[in-house]
Amino acid sequence: MNWTTEDLKNWHDKIFEKAVGFGLDPYEQEFEICDHEQMISYMAYSGIPSHYPHWSYGKAFEKTKTLYDYGVTGLPYEMVINSNPAIAYLMKGNSLCLQLLTMAHVYGHNDFFKNNFTFKSTDANYVIEDFMSHAKRVRGYIEHPFIGLEKVEAVLDAAHALSLQQRRNLARKKLTHDEQIEMVRDQFRQVADPFGSVHKREKFDDEGFKEAMEKNPLAPEEDILLFIRDNARLSEWEKDLLTIVHDEAQYFIPQIETKIMNEGWASYWHKKIMDSLNLDFGLAWEFAKNHAQVLSPHPGQLNPYHLGIKLWENIAKRWDEPSKGDLEKFGKRNFENADGSKKTGSNKLFEVREADRDQSFIRQYLTMDLMRELKLFEYAEKEQDGQRVLVVTKVPDDDNWQAMRDQLIASVGMSGVPVIKVEDSNYRNNRALLLKHYHNGKDLQLEYAEKTIGYIRQLWGRSVGLETVINGRRAICFVDDNGGFDIKPIY
Amino acid sequence: MAIFRDTTDKNHSDRSSGDRLRHGQKVRKAIKDNIGDILSDESIVGKDRDKIIKVPIRGIKEYRFVHGDNTGTGQGDGGQKPGDIIGQSEDGKKGKQQAGDRPGVDYYEHDITLGELIDMMFEDLNLPELKQRDLRNIEVQTKVRKKGLRHKGTRKNLLALATQREHIRAEQGNQRMLDEIRNRIEVLRAAGNIDEAEQLAEKLKDHEQQLLDLRKKLKVKKKDNWIAIRPENRRYAKSKIEPKKHSNAVVVCIMDTSGSMDTEKKYLAKSFFFFLVRFVQIRYQNIEIVFVAHTTNAQEVTEEEFFTKGESGGTFISSGYEKALEIIKERYDPSLWNAYAFHCSDGDNFEEDNDKAVKTARELCKATSLFGYGEIKPLGAGYYGSSMLQLFKDSIKEPNFQTVLIRNKDEVYPRFAEFFAKDKSEGERK
Repeated sequence: MNWTTEDLKNWHDKIFEKAVGFGLDPYEQEFEICDHEQMISYMAYSGIPSHYPHWSYGKAFEKTKTLYDYGVTGLPYEMVINSNPAIAYLMKGNSLCLQLLTMAHVYGHNDFFKNNFTFKSTDANYVIEDFMSHAKRVRGYIEHPFIGLEKVEAVLDAAHALSLQQRRNLARKKLTHDEQIEMVRDQFRQVADPFGSVHKREKFDDEGFKEAMEKNPLAPEEDILLFIRDNARLSEWEKDLLTIVHDEAQYFIPQIETKIMNEGWASYWHKKIMDSLNLDFGLAWEFAKNHAQVLSPHPGQLNPYHLGIKLWENIAKRWDEPSKGDLEKFGKRNFENADGSKKTGSNKLFEVREADRDQSFIRQYLTMDLMRELKLFEYAEKEQDGQRVLVVTKVPDDDNWQAMRDQLIASVGMSGVPVIKVEDSNYRNNRALLLKHYHNGKDLQLEYAEKTIGYIRQLWGRSVGLETVINGRRAICFVDDNGGFDIKPIY
Repeated sequence: MAIFRDTTDKNHSDRSSGDRLRHGQKVRKAIKDNIGDILSDESIVGKDRDKIIKVPIRGIKEYRFVHGDNTGTGQGDGGQKPGDIIGQSEDGKKGKQQAGDRPGVDYYEHDITLGELIDMMFEDLNLPELKQRDLRNIEVQTKVRKKGLRHKGTRKNLLALATQREHIRAEQGNQRMLDEIRNRIEVLRAAGNIDEAEQLAEKLKDHEQQLLDLRKKLKVKKKDNWIAIRPENRRYAKSKIEPKKHSNAVVVCIMDTSGSMDTEKKYLAKSFFFFLVRFVQIRYQNIEIVFVAHTTNAQEVTEEEFFTKGESGGTFISSGYEKALEIIKERYDPSLWNAYAFHCSDGDNFEEDNDKAVKTARELCKATSLFGYGEIKPLGAGYYGSSMLQLFKDSIKEPNFQTVLIRNKDEVYPRFAEFFAKDKSEGERK
């Protein structure tokens, strides 16, 4: 260790000054200095200082620790949580250079948390308190003489399986019950008819409306945990657990949705800040080495840091020195500042960091040239000579680059989680829950689906069906009241 | 301005310890639940107890809805062309229908020694029908009993009632003593010995003041006469380790080693006896095991010979039973001993011996607490061989006769467990 806390404070002031100078607008920042065991622990609990207990975090800890002990992976240099003030962890064993890099990087994340639109749904001021309150409540249920660990664990296991089955775009307002009723009513209203005086007037379809109103939910519902909470026969503590798991997953969704942007943004700014600090040769050399390491592409995989920073750098370049094609495509005015000056890159960056998420970010700014520069390819699993192998299917050429980009979009953020909604809670007039998988070209993994439906059945208390598509045919996976699993085609 | 907090020097609590413990318990349970599968994958007969086995854990995946197909985008060196093979899929290696990369990560292995595994599998099994006989010298696992009181101990063993009783007794004694002192003061005063009386009264006052102070310090408001329980009045439970004695027992292992028992059958039979011997050795400290191997005639062999024997020849099952009967008669009197006999054979007996086999089997039933017959019929072996299973089932109605059919190595452990998991209560009885 070649630094003291005093050194960090001095360097921090410089870094902060630069960050603000560049236009970053972060929350108040707190740094906690910890050792590597603590770091692994924070990682297991996603950085949350006070979190409710569950064995899966023990599993995460063991996994990380094993990998770390065997030297398979290093530990991350930084870990920031989205709260106000933001909290970041610095590992004691790291060198001064790494600490500087981390601090600069942290300010990038911090600024992103505060300004990106997806994070508007989380109230950063109360994050820590919320998690603490959740932890306290869960511990209370575990210690309760009539509840206990086993029961709490059973509910948490099931709830964790479903935690990400919720609305993705939190910026979009959820319809209230009254609004949903209004929507159903609209379906039975007469269409505006310019010849109403001539035509025989049709009545409002009372019967149809009544029938439609009997259905629950009125519109397909994506918040599965909340729907079960509000409609299944559960005790108060079970409902509370479902709420807790739902809320915590909701807190992490913006981070899942902006992984590439966020990491790219932080990397972009740590580079800029560190370059502007006039480091001495030793530090500058070490920084260059570490920076290259963070951004090194993982062969055969995708490094979000690398993809992210390349996209941001590309945007800055394109808007500073627009090409002829871009000028034609977007129009000249898009490349001029309000006062008529050129070099709009910096403004564009801040505009994008506020208004986009990974999917829109890639759709708008990943070009064929950039894909080639990143040496991207698309692969799929195929059967060859009796073995299942991964085969390259596409490379970015004129015919394929858009399809490749779309494929990438379909795998980033929450796109990796299948969309599944509750369609009916009285399926076959038997209080069975009917879910529907909104198929996007990818089938569900059936072993996992079976187990997860089992969890839904456990919470719902009655049989559960899931409509999906398997190998191009519609089918329904059904778990009956006794837990028996069956897959039947739908004709 | 930013705040820096150094938390490394503080004695931070290991907050993940509880969750890690719980995870560990889950891993152990998952292993135990799948023990039959794990054992059938391993050839364990004759292996060292310290051998480390890799156990795949399937029970503690965290299930979610995930996509199944394995497509993705990767970064290469720029030289990739469509059609290039960039690697083997994870599933291809395992040959199983598994999901893409995400769920695959959840599948991991846990190291465990063979000894631990075997201990784990025998936890719930017991010798059935172990009856009380005159001579008792099998020491089974010892039991800790609470017996008597002691003055020192851990808080966990504190006996509330005994402590209370002791406390009241001491307090009453105390009270009596104080009364006596008061009497004495009166007596001294009456006798005119004022000085001494004053001295005593002073001491008494001091004592009462001390008690008052103590109560004040402990903030006991309601009861003025409350007195703290003194350490010397606490009573703790004393525990004693008692070896539990069970009746004598002998286990007779009879194996068919004739020519029709090919390598696979022999392997299955040996696995069965391997479980049996290990189980008996681990769970019961003084129990005798006798090994009998038979073809057309039978002989008693050592454990090592029993497990390594390879012979050929015809089969007279009755010969094995006769040998067992002879051994029991000579050395293990049924009035003193619980005898158990287990026989493994492919049931390919010479037909002229069948009647005699049934007869001797029935005699063996009479002489033993349990006689188990395991027939080894691998699925591929076809039906050319004759089977004793049906014959035995039809003609032997003794309640302590049990038969099982073992068709492949997956069935060895479950069939074995069937013999011993049945009446736990009987085995526990003294």
